[in-house]
Amino acid sequence: MTDMSYTASQSGSRAGKIALRWTLYLMLGLFALFYLMPLFVMVTTSFKSLDEIRTGDLISLPREVTFEAWRTAWSQACTGIQCEGVRPYFWNSVLIAIPAVLISTLIGALNGYVVAQWRFKGANLFFALMLFGCFIPFQVVLLPMARTLGLMGMAGTIPGLIFVHVIYGLGFTTLFFRNYYVSIPSELTKAAKVDGAGFFRIFWSIFLPLSLPIIVVTVIWQFTQIWNDFLFGVSFSQAGTQPVTVALNNIVNSTTGVKAYNVDMAAAIIAALPTLFVYVVAGKYFVRGLTAGSVKG
Amino acid sequence: MTLKTLSAVSGMAIVASTAALAEPQAEVLHYWTSGGEAKSVAVLQEEFAAGGGTWTDMPVAGGGGDAAGTALRARVLAGNAPTAAQIKGPAIQEWFEEGVLADISAVAEAQNWAEVLPEAIAAHMQCDGTWCAAPVNVHRVDWIWANAEVLAANGLEMPTTWDEFNAAAETLLAAGIIPLAHGGQAWQDATVFEAVALGILGAEGFRKAFVELDMDTLTSEEMVAVFDQMRTMRGFVDSNFSGRDWNLATAMVMNGEAAFQIMGDWAKGEFIAAGKVPGEDFLCLSTPGEGFLYNVDSFAMFEVDGQDKQDGQALLAELVVGESFQEVFNLNKGSIPVRTDVSLDNFDSCAALSSADMAASNESGSLLPSYAHGMALRGAQAGAITDTVTAHFNSDMSSADAVQMLADAIANSL
Amino acid sequence: MTKWLEEHMPKLVLAPSFIVVLIFVYGFIAWTAWVSLTRSRLLPRYEIDGFIQYDRLFASPRWDTAFTNLFVFGFLFIVIAMILGLILAILLDQNIRTEGAIRTIYLYPMALSMIVTGTAWKWILNPGLGLEATVRGWGFENFTFNWLVDPNMAIYTVVIAAIWQSSGFVMALFLAGLRSVDQEIIKAAQVDGIPTWRVYTAIIIPAMAPIFLSAFIVLSHLAIKSFDLVIALTGGGPGYATDLPATYMYTMAFSRGDIGQAASSAMIMMMVVFTIVVPYLYSELRTKDD
Repeated sequence: MTDMSYTASQSGSRAGKIALRWTLYLMLGLFALFYLMPLFVMVTTSFKSLDEIRTGDLISLPREVTFEAWRTAWSQACTGIQCEGVRPYFWNSVLIAIPAVLISTLIGALNGYVVAQWRFKGANLFFALMLFGCFIPFQVVLLPMARTLGLMGMAGTIPGLIFVHVIYGLGFTTLFFRNYYVSIPSELTKAAKVDGAGFFRIFWSIFLPLSLPIIVVTVIWQFTQIWNDFLFGVSFSQAGTQPVTVALNNIVNSTTGVKAYNVDMAAAIIAALPTLFVYVVAGKYFVRGLTAGSVKG
Repeated sequence: MTLKTLSAVSGMAIVASTAALAEPQAEVLHYWTSGGEAKSVAVLQEEFAAGGGTWTDMPVAGGGGDAAGTALRARVLAGNAPTAAQIKGPAIQEWFEEGVLADISAVAEAQNWAEVLPEAIAAHMQCDGTWCAAPVNVHRVDWIWANAEVLAANGLEMPTTWDEFNAAAETLLAAGIIPLAHGGQAWQDATVFEAVALGILGAEGFRKAFVELDMDTLTSEEMVAVFDQMRTMRGFVDSNFSGRDWNLATAMVMNGEAAFQIMGDWAKGEFIAAGKVPGEDFLCLSTPGEGFLYNVDSFAMFEVDGQDKQDGQALLAELVVGESFQEVFNLNKGSIPVRTDVSLDNFDSCAALSSADMAASNESGSLLPSYAHGMALRGAQAGAITDTVTAHFNSDMSSADAVQMLADAIANSL
Repeated sequence: MTKWLEEHMPKLVLAPSFIVVLIFVYGFIAWTAWVSLTRSRLLPRYEIDGFIQYDRLFASPRWDTAFTNLFVFGFLFIVIAMILGLILAILLDQNIRTEGAIRTIYLYPMALSMIVTGTAWKWILNPGLGLEATVRGWGFENFTFNWLVDPNMAIYTVVIAAIWQSSGFVMALFLAGLRSVDQEIIKAAQVDGIPTWRVYTAIIIPAMAPIFLSAFIVLSHLAIKSFDLVIALTGGGPGYATDLPATYMYTMAFSRGDIGQAASSAMIMMMVVFTIVVPYLYSELRTKDD
């Protein structure tokens, strides 16, 4: 731990040290307010009635707290003809996100393992090609991808969406695992090879057990990206396979209809609950995983 | 009637296919997802089900159909086109040219669409002599909405010329009321712009400029005057208008914070949802000048395989233009029926005015497509105009520069 | 046979990813390059028609704005998010008791979809509704914060919202970095009486060089793809003052039926990415080979 108080205790007085602590907490608190501000607006709005919103006071505490918007957003808001809220779409998102996260993480782990530990001619070139792929703007791939999915017979299906997310997630998952495995001494692999262990054996019994932190990081990153994706979700789905972001968009983005901001905000928070949950629960491991994974020689 | 048409359409196929007994199927891609809009589509779904069909809903909202357009392109390229999709204006012909639209002439002829639709609107539904889309409603774009109480308190009437409007606005400014509630989004800027242009250029000039893209009209003195009026109107807008949603602007009129709003008749839905009564709490009048700018929503049918889907398209097309749906849908939506023979007894005074004006303009040839809502021009050209309009409105560009920029942008978009 | 298989296993494992990337990244880039040379409108067409789309692109004042914005936005976003992330990480690394909670607060924006947080930001930044009105309500009548409605300043509000969304993630990266610097060296420096700020600037921060690179790659990826944010916050306005290449491309392709034009703007974007990322990749991979 790099601890400022360590030096403070040497050079400063006790009062100075306390003042420093208070300043520190004050700054952290102010930053926290900055980060919480939009959430505050969203939460307070979701508890207001539409009449109250219409009077124009958008950024204030609700005069009367009502849970109506939350109920509507979850199970009654219209996302087209069906007025069942975001609930039915949740399942689609789960069906898309979980397999896509698992598959892209597994492939990324194998790729990273090869690039970091089994260096052969061209491995770095492969990695560079992979990494550049992280930067391709997704709007570019929409149309050719649509055609390809059509040719593969996966247009509008959940496997099709999983496929797309896996492909465009590979760059980052490979990056994460490669940077993590690079810091593991290559002597380990060499010694195991001398002992007669094969490629998968080494991966399975040496690398995988060491990988928990970076798996957490990769899963969090991928889950956030895939769960929040709208562009692929809207382009490659059809009736019945639309993910929750598309439903959210349908609730929020009415063209010429009456806007219910309280329902919008409640729906947005509901749609974000899984990712928020992941951040809160796994946040600790996230930093730990990054610690282990990102600093390398 | 339904059966008659259906058998007419599917007659040939019955010979070829034994699957003709399958129920009509339709997967419909549309962008009507919010309360009133969704309710209106639900009416269509019910009628479709009553006609023996199965409706699969494929809603994608956002940006006046931009997101739906994205989904539609992806699906057409994937060879997985929806049965029907909400497309409007010249985009219908553009899709037709890509060779992906189905011909629904059989239904249109059996139902006599040519007789019951205003000529100008019927033309939008035809591609190369065949019928390729079914119209749903007519939104009027060139409306001016006002808070009745605010006008009365300041001794003002609804303006019938732009000079009157400017004078009224000055009075309101002096009284500390925002004259024009406006949301600074490109399409809203364009909505105000086309209303002003219609008033100043007149119906013929508007057609030349925004339908035929006649360069002489686009660079004329009158066009400079249009931009001058836009600059004047910029002074009637409050300073926080940028990015404001149109419905928040409507709320400003409702609250008496502002006096006027120039917006299509969907704004009426906001007033009514807030319990306001037309003619008492709020007033509606067409913007100064002769003419009627329409924004017609429609469904186009895509080439699909399978008799059940083709039956679905025929049934859908017939229902959409059918009298009962036209009435119920438009009551919900705030627009007016596209058919001229539907009774307006259940509609409010604004809708009645809209309908009467539509009939009159149809006679006089001033029934015009709204450029701001994608009825008059293809996307690239309409976009080029909107870019100029919004750039001018949001800066201190001179009107002459704006006209020059307009000409350049259009030339560059062709 | 088994021996051959064992020897080539690493390559075999990479092969599917290699093929997939070749097709779905590079193949699609090639496809875009091709389409950018055509007159494609509503749907892609494949008859080559020269560089007309590029001519149109460079003649468009809107593209000018979008392209300039990419650099203004990208530069400010990346630099400020990094500095802020580093500061937050250092502050949070002082044995803070409530670290878990504060860290979650800094991180959560990443979890929310911009589709709706954009609306919240729009209200906060709107002078009539948000911060300005609130602070004036407290009695500071002259407080002005109207960047959102000022065409010359609006792009900076996009920067603010983007930093809000991503700086927590950078903070996490740096926090992880701080924790993995060798503690012995720091202790030794402190025993020698070197001031704390010198310990940071001379020892800790240089030791975190790889983190800066990782943060850079994540942030530039986000900067280039910033799309939802602009759409939800400003819709590209006032006028088109906050348009970015990604929104320009999307508008051309999907709302204006001008796919050729969209493809040409995509190619220019890709070239920018290339000139930024390739030097990074080069330095990164070269040092790894030592």
